Amino acid sequence: MSATLLSVEDLTVRFGGLTALSGVTFCVAKGAVHGLIGPNGAGKTTAFNLISGMTAQTSGSVTLEGAKLDGLPTWKRTARGMARTFQNIRMFREMTALENVMAGAHLRTPESFGSILFRLGSFRAAERSAVANAMDILDFVGLSEQAERRGGDLAYGDQRRLEIARALASDPKLLMLDEPAAGMNPSEKIGLIDLIARLRARGLTLLLVEHDMHFVMKLCDRITVLNFGAKIAEGAPAEVRANPTVIEAYLGAKVARSLETRA
Amino acid sequence: MLAQQLLNGILSGAVYALFALGFTLMFGVLGVINLTYGFYFSTGAFIALYATHYLHMPIWAALPFAAAVTGLIAIVIDELLLGPLRRAKAPELSSLMVTLGATLLLYSLMTAWFTTDIRRFPPAVFDGGAFEIAGLRITLSQILIVATTALIVGALALLLQKTRLGLAVRALAENPDAAQLMGVNAGGIVRLVSFISGALGGAAGVLIGLNYNAIQPYMGEAMMLKGFAVIIVGGLGDIRGAVIAGLVLGLLESVTAGYIASSMKDAVGFLLLVLTLWFRPVGLFGRVAAKRA
Amino acid sequence: MMPHWLDNFLFTYQSLVYSLGVNALLALAMYVVLAVGQLALGQAAFMGVGAYASALLTVKLGAPFPIALLASMAAPALLAFVIGAPTLRLSGVYLAIATIGLGEVLRILYLNWDFAGGALGLNGIPEKAGFVWIFGTLIVALVAFVFVSRSRIGRAMEAIRADEAAAGVMGVNLPAYKLAALVASAAIAGLAGAFNAHVSSFIGPNDYGFDQAVTILSFALLGGVGSPFGPVLGALVLTALPEVLRPLHDYRLVIDGLIIVCVVIFLPTGILPWRIGRIGARK
Repeated sequence: MSATLLSVEDLTVRFGGLTALSGVTFCVAKGAVHGLIGPNGAGKTTAFNLISGMTAQTSGSVTLEGAKLDGLPTWKRTARGMARTFQNIRMFREMTALENVMAGAHLRTPESFGSILFRLGSFRAAERSAVANAMDILDFVGLSEQAERRGGDLAYGDQRRLEIARALASDPKLLMLDEPAAGMNPSEKIGLIDLIARLRARGLTLLLVEHDMHFVMKLCDRITVLNFGAKIAEGAPAEVRANPTVIEAYLGAKVARSLETRA
Repeated sequence: MLAQQLLNGILSGAVYALFALGFTLMFGVLGVINLTYGFYFSTGAFIALYATHYLHMPIWAALPFAAAVTGLIAIVIDELLLGPLRRAKAPELSSLMVTLGATLLLYSLMTAWFTTDIRRFPPAVFDGGAFEIAGLRITLSQILIVATTALIVGALALLLQKTRLGLAVRALAENPDAAQLMGVNAGGIVRLVSFISGALGGAAGVLIGLNYNAIQPYMGEAMMLKGFAVIIVGGLGDIRGAVIAGLVLGLLESVTAGYIASSMKDAVGFLLLVLTLWFRPVGLFGRVAAKRA
Repeated sequence: MMPHWLDNFLFTYQSLVYSLGVNALLALAMYVVLAVGQLALGQAAFMGVGAYASALLTVKLGAPFPIALLASMAAPALLAFVIGAPTLRLSGVYLAIATIGLGEVLRILYLNWDFAGGALGLNGIPEKAGFVWIFGTLIVALVAFVFVSRSRIGRAMEAIRADEAAAGVMGVNLPAYKLAALVASAAIAGLAGAFNAHVSSFIGPNDYGFDQAVTILSFALLGGVGSPFGPVLGALVLTALPEVLRPLHDYRLVIDGLIIVCVVIFLPTGILPWRIGRIGARK
């Protein structure tokens, strides 16, 4: 087994009286595509928020490449090599697609305040290479034609890809995608599967939350299953698919939901 | 000397607490800082002034009357200014700016109407009588202030803790979406909370107007400085914190006036505010978690 | 040095021209905080600190004007740091509250500070700031704002305004950016205050209160914060209009308040909705 990039240990968070995540532990191996699945309200996005530092945990810890991240704010975690997208797209809507990606490259754009104010050569060079780099990334996700359009004006599927491009711009080691296929049509999904395969070929490690089971089973090397804020199973896709607890969690949820709609 | 200072401190502290209560309640439930709140203070005082002056109401009737009318005005102002923003789910910043602009608008209209002259209650309203108890001087209006404050704070605590309505208000403060799913009538609660906080602000205005017997449009603005300090020191949205912080501020001001310099009295609140922000941003009790950046 | 007609024009409309420049600078001071999605109402207070700091130096200590100007930027910047450092880690309401409070408390301090003239304020401030100082600074500030907008910093600032949490995830150090914006705002407002003091020759404790703070906000909001030109335009319009339409003068504050309410609800991008691009150089 290869080296661990991210390890989550005993991660717990409580909001008021509600325990949203309790004692979740899992590891993401370097170069892997790791899936995080579970029924609605299982705590997947909460786990993402804790790992990326948007929410503070009650207990437990998050480690990236052997270094603990606990207590670090989001921007310092980004500097350590993680990037993420959001389930409900959080585009910088007024900025163009290109500017969005360049904003994502914030930590990789070496421009000092003085060089900006006096328009020094070093600033111009940094800016030109930032544009070129952002265009490369847009090209990689297939949005180079849309570079000058407002982020908020792009089609839904394109906004999802632009979020991935923006996250890529920070040149992360770990890329966390929160429901990247949500709201995509079948052909967009095929494009996304191809994009994820190419990301992986670049040596990136991916952690993804996804609802589409077909999509998850096809892409992931390893899957962690959450239900009601706790881990209930983990393993290769085939193992997880055959796990009776997982089937029960999903079926149970479905049955409960169908009962609710009938009532 | 010290005892008299402390007594005076508790009296003004009671009014600060009353004033800040409505302010912090509004933030706790509606999730916005409504900067027009100081205007309710001035409004309450002016309504009581007119009620006693022209309608010849006795003060015990003018006080609830002024509070109720101010509460109704607060509902209208909230609906006009914050209603559209709530429906559009506009950012926090927008609601701050709108209420700020409205504050300037309302104060300047009020000044255009009433001028900045200081007005006084008609002499018949209270005879300015005073008692001497164990060497302490207490005026009738001061007794009215403490009694009213205690009554209102007690009633509010009962309402919030013991009634179904109070449960709905607290649920809405805790988690608006979940509360609405459970069938809480959010629109109704918003209007109720606007009314209560407007009435509290108005009542505080009447009481301070009585105590100093000086009423003018910008009196609410000076009071906002105390209000800000009290709600931050007590913890934003924290009702118990507001009451205690109000009393603490009143006492500290009084001691400062007595032992340092009376001119520095009004700076005490701001100093407390800055110290709280540096050392304990969650406020006295720290129940309401300060939002992480 | 100056063309004759300009000289004549300046002589006639001197005080209006000066307030156009000073108010434009104040609008920029407001812009820099709004540009990172914060609401600070301390610009009037910072203006007052700059005015008092510089005037005390020139009047009481006979300091050279440039030294006074430096002090007029440093003193409010320091104050902004003291208020902003703890506040900017919290949600936006704390900053708004602390800065409104600041204005009120400073008024009380000026009133009781005998060395600074107490309630009477300071008189006989040398008229050392003029057209060149004020408008030269305005142009330099505008150019600096445009340069900063079109860079990594400008992109980070707009990202914070658009979605603070997402900007943090992009690696933007949120408290550092917000604090820098507030300190810059204080320095610019302080400078504007120093200029104002050194053209009007008189300052008083009541010139920098709540009304002035909200008026400065109305400049920025009317113009719109899509680019630094919006707030400057807003300041020019709202300063010139009451002079041109005299009857409006008495209802200036009513209009300023009304503008804020209407613009926030109905016209969030202001009268100059053009948005400045955020890229500094291309191939």
